[in-house]
Amino acid sequence: MKRKFLAAPYVVWMLLFTLVPLFIVIYFAFTDSITGAFTLNNLVSITDYATIFLRSIWLSVAATLICLIIGYPVAYTIAQCKPKTQRILHMLIMLPMCMSFLLRTLAWVALLEDTGIINNIITSLGITPLPLIRNSGAVILGMVYNYLPYMILPLYTSISKQNPRLIEAAEDLGCNKVNVFRKVILPLSLPGITSGITMVFVPAVSTFYISQKLGSPGTILVGDVIESQFKGAYNPNLGAAMSLILMILIFICIGITNHFTKNTDEEVMMS
Amino acid sequence: MRKASKVVTVIVFLFLYVPIIVLMVASFSSGTDLAIFKEFTFSRYAELFKDTNLLLLVRNSAIIAVLSTAVATILGTMAAMGIYSMKGRIRSLVMGLTNIPMTNPDIVTGVSLALMFAFTGTVLRLQTVLGFWTLLIAHITFNLPYVILNVMPRLAQMDPNLTNAALDLGCTPIKSFFKVTLHEIMPGIISGALMSFTMSLDDFVISYFVTGSGFLTLPVEIYNYTKKPIHPKLYALFSLMFIVILILMVTMNVLQARSGSAKRRLRAGKEAA
Repeated sequence: MKRKFLAAPYVVWMLLFTLVPLFIVIYFAFTDSITGAFTLNNLVSITDYATIFLRSIWLSVAATLICLIIGYPVAYTIAQCKPKTQRILHMLIMLPMCMSFLLRTLAWVALLEDTGIINNIITSLGITPLPLIRNSGAVILGMVYNYLPYMILPLYTSISKQNPRLIEAAEDLGCNKVNVFRKVILPLSLPGITSGITMVFVPAVSTFYISQKLGSPGTILVGDVIESQFKGAYNPNLGAAMSLILMILIFICIGITNHFTKNTDEEVMMS
Repeated sequence: MRKASKVVTVIVFLFLYVPIIVLMVASFSSGTDLAIFKEFTFSRYAELFKDTNLLLLVRNSAIIAVLSTAVATILGTMAAMGIYSMKGRIRSLVMGLTNIPMTNPDIVTGVSLALMFAFTGTVLRLQTVLGFWTLLIAHITFNLPYVILNVMPRLAQMDPNLTNAALDLGCTPIKSFFKVTLHEIMPGIISGALMSFTMSLDDFVISYFVTGSGFLTLPVEIYNYTKKPIHPKLYALFSLMFIVILILMVTMNVLQARSGSAKRRLRAGKEAA
């Protein structure tokens, strides 16, 4: 029986609506916005936005690392709970992901504002208010807040799948707790770390809105510029060129991450 | 170590839920500032249910979510079965295709679809193409991988002898699908469908680029609202949606727990025999 052909409508759909649009992005990136002739101007003028690209990368790398550092203990703790508790906590991590991220980001504005909730509490304690908003730190916080669940979930999956007997074996063979973590738990959770990094970095580096609300004009990100090419200053050709560069950048970053975790990945598969 | 991890976990859960609590508390405040609680009131909820415009947006979002989930679930389940029977190069090519919308940032997916729709529009000499249909196509496209990635592991877990037994006992392939396979992979289909539904209901970035003024969904219009001072009835709407999604997720959890324990009982029975 040719069960393979059940996938035919899907393959046609995906070719039409994911592959063809990507080729159209490339087409727009290399054509002039008025004459439609072939040009490299769009890609050349991206050099004007180099600082914005660099800023997007640096802020999202920082957010990704923070997510990894605070996400790991959370994933580890959830994986140690009873199965029933694990299911509930897992659900509580997923729940915020399904709620309007626009309104949740707006709630952060209310928390961080100069006359916001946190500063109100601080001033009532007699401390001078802090500049919590309109800076890079607030943008990083917004990214960490929005994308932390995308780090915790794959980490949790890879930690909870580990065979507890491996840890027992390491302990029996004389490993102390630090070494059990370093030599057994951490290497075995590398696939989770890799996919967590990707799942946080990709939306963080391409985000818009977060910096519009929590940042200042000095913390504009690539996503904001791309958005304005389509919704404001209408220059879809420049927007397409920026999207193309963004895609290539992400491709390179994922490549680097995979390179660093590759060797151990194979070891995991062998065990 | 373990204690420190627990402390971090508690702080992270607070961190994740404080903004949600801020919004829910604000939905009962008579003031308009999120940061200041004035007097307790239910009037935001009353205003919400009087706002036909907002309810229309909720309806639009629900229509798109239901339709895109239905199409994506059927197409995706068929595709998962097809891909599962593929081998080697073709299989990895198709899986690569599945991964494109998963690894591409939403903004690029949105922009690329918007450009293609605009391109098609100029070729067909249409005034506006962006609207209901483009939105539906985009949502089906980003929902499909979720269905496939949820159904494939179920197919892998399934005992192939079950289908063979059904065929031996005289089922046609179609009948054996509906009586055996479908039953076995149902939990994957349900979780894929629920995931699609919530993704679609909440999607802002892709929808923002592929829809026109003719057909707006709630998240897209919330974005327009947040550019001006926002009306507090949106906080009431947020709180209600939180409850709805919570119920959906608890249901999903109970379903998964049940199928899990049924499987365990079956396996235990097998081992005993």
